[in-house]
Amino acid sequence: MSEAGAAAVTLARAAPEARRRHALGRLAGRNRLAIVGALALLLAVSAALLAPWLPLADPDAVDTPNRLRPPLTAGHTLGTDEFGRDLLARLVWGARVSLTAGALSAAAAMLIGVALGVLGGFYTGWIETVVMRLTDILMAFPYVLLAIAIVAGLGPGLRNAMVAIAIVGFPFYTRLVRGVVLSLREREFVEAARALGASDAVILGRHVLPHLLSPVIVAFSLDVGAKILATAGLSFLGLGTQPPTADWGSMLATGRQFVILSPHVVLLPGLAIFVIVLALNLVGDALRDLLDPRVG
Amino acid sequence: MRRYLARRLLLLVPVLAGVSVIIFMVLHLAPGDPAEIMLGSQATREDLARLRADLGLNEPLHVQYLHWIGHVARGDLGRSLWMKRAVLGEVLTRFRATLLLTATALVLSTTIGVALGVAAATRPNSLLDRLSAVASLFGASMPSFWLGIVLMVVFALRLGWLPASGMYAPHGGGDLGDLLSHLVLPAVTLAAASVTIVARLTRSAMLDTLGQDYVRTARAKGVSDRAVVLRHGLGNALVPIVTVVGVQAGYLLGGAVLTETVFAWPGVGTLMVQGILARDFPLVQGCVLVVALSFVLVNLGVDLLYAWLDPRIRYE
Repeated sequence: MSEAGAAAVTLARAAPEARRRHALGRLAGRNRLAIVGALALLLAVSAALLAPWLPLADPDAVDTPNRLRPPLTAGHTLGTDEFGRDLLARLVWGARVSLTAGALSAAAAMLIGVALGVLGGFYTGWIETVVMRLTDILMAFPYVLLAIAIVAGLGPGLRNAMVAIAIVGFPFYTRLVRGVVLSLREREFVEAARALGASDAVILGRHVLPHLLSPVIVAFSLDVGAKILATAGLSFLGLGTQPPTADWGSMLATGRQFVILSPHVVLLPGLAIFVIVLALNLVGDALRDLLDPRVG
Repeated sequence: MRRYLARRLLLLVPVLAGVSVIIFMVLHLAPGDPAEIMLGSQATREDLARLRADLGLNEPLHVQYLHWIGHVARGDLGRSLWMKRAVLGEVLTRFRATLLLTATALVLSTTIGVALGVAAATRPNSLLDRLSAVASLFGASMPSFWLGIVLMVVFALRLGWLPASGMYAPHGGGDLGDLLSHLVLPAVTLAAASVTIVARLTRSAMLDTLGQDYVRTARAKGVSDRAVVLRHGLGNALVPIVTVVGVQAGYLLGGAVLTETVFAWPGVGTLMVQGILARDFPLVQGCVLVVALSFVLVNLGVDLLYAWLDPRIRYE
């Protein structure tokens, strides 16, 4: 082989190698970001869990002479709000509310959505029709609008806001799961199990559900962030958490009136939502790269 | 195309029926007597009886629904308990403001998003491509109401370049320039997240089409780069782009509630939130109905646009 030919072969071999290395490098780079995201999440979750034992001020203790102090004031690392309440303490206690609300409403949406998706995908006939028409109709509403309308009916409050967000959110899982179940139903191993006389419960439990795990985990990890944003949005409108309890959305809403004099009362809770949702999205993206072979 | 249109219009009927049932049920979700919830604990027995009779709350549920939907079909959305006016007129006036805001945001997010997406797809892994990837991650993570407040603090309160809230200046305003200057901040806030979504999707759709054989053939024929990207690339990537723009239209219609609240924009969103806090159910139902209806029509428009862009869809 001529020198040029050998060089061409080496180049041809090197190209996919380089591409693979490039892809791996990108994955590692993304994962580095995902690790930073996971650490931020871990910090927020442990702070929220350990809030009662942390050396924090009382989040509801009013101290009007010290109202709207800027960050780095003695005794108030992140300053105080319009009633002189310690902002760091309120942010940490608010994290408990915001993170729980996001995770619980996403979990409820996932459970309802997966159950209906499995039913709608596995059983043809009227069950499928009912499930799919219900999701179609719910998806015929703009997402936020329907959540607001449901809260309007149930009455403002955090629990009702979470119920509303779960109702609005489940069709997303139903669609996803039904698609996967529809394709699984036709696969040979399901037919084989049926031929061997396995009951529906066994087929669903042993052969269908395990295949749903990774798409649902990926969807859930990305959804928690969206649900935190949604609950914060409802609280911002005054339809979620009611005073004196604070979550990040309601802190933003009440701080708005003081934004000219003390921007920190608005900037800090907004930044908290942003960082946590960003962290969740980074972790979710990395999980998708890891679990979904079609991506990357 | 006519048969397709007829079929799509026919399919609207069950969707609209479902939407109306859900909106009607909203009033009856709350445990307890809707009349008591609306009028509060201080209402007299006569007031409660009058409201129940007005809204037909003593009838069975399906009769109430038929009564309500019959009125809705005739354009009667009831009277607002709080404003003591017909709901329809009030909602339509406010809806114009919402439509202006949403349409402006949609135009912004589509033009900027598609341009960014095309630029990123023609130069993958360039600085612009990476910046747009970071921006899309930020866009998906940032609460829009917070972004609105930050923009308001910077551009209205600190720099004084733009008005902070409302639709017109309270004194001496009212012309087009005044309206446009009030529109900038809310429209940018509302469009921000959508821009990044449209850009990312345009990028991936363009990368798909630019990798096709016909694009290589076009290049081999010596077609100019510009024509390859615009005619063969973008032209064939339009169906997924139209899909995402349609989804964004719905997202913007709903998301407008938050943006309107931040900027005190006199749209249907702020009206609805005021209605909820005042427990004015006819008003809330009217707002939801009008927005949901327009969302259904937007989706219909998107479907028709598909069929026009890709004739194969008509014959499925």
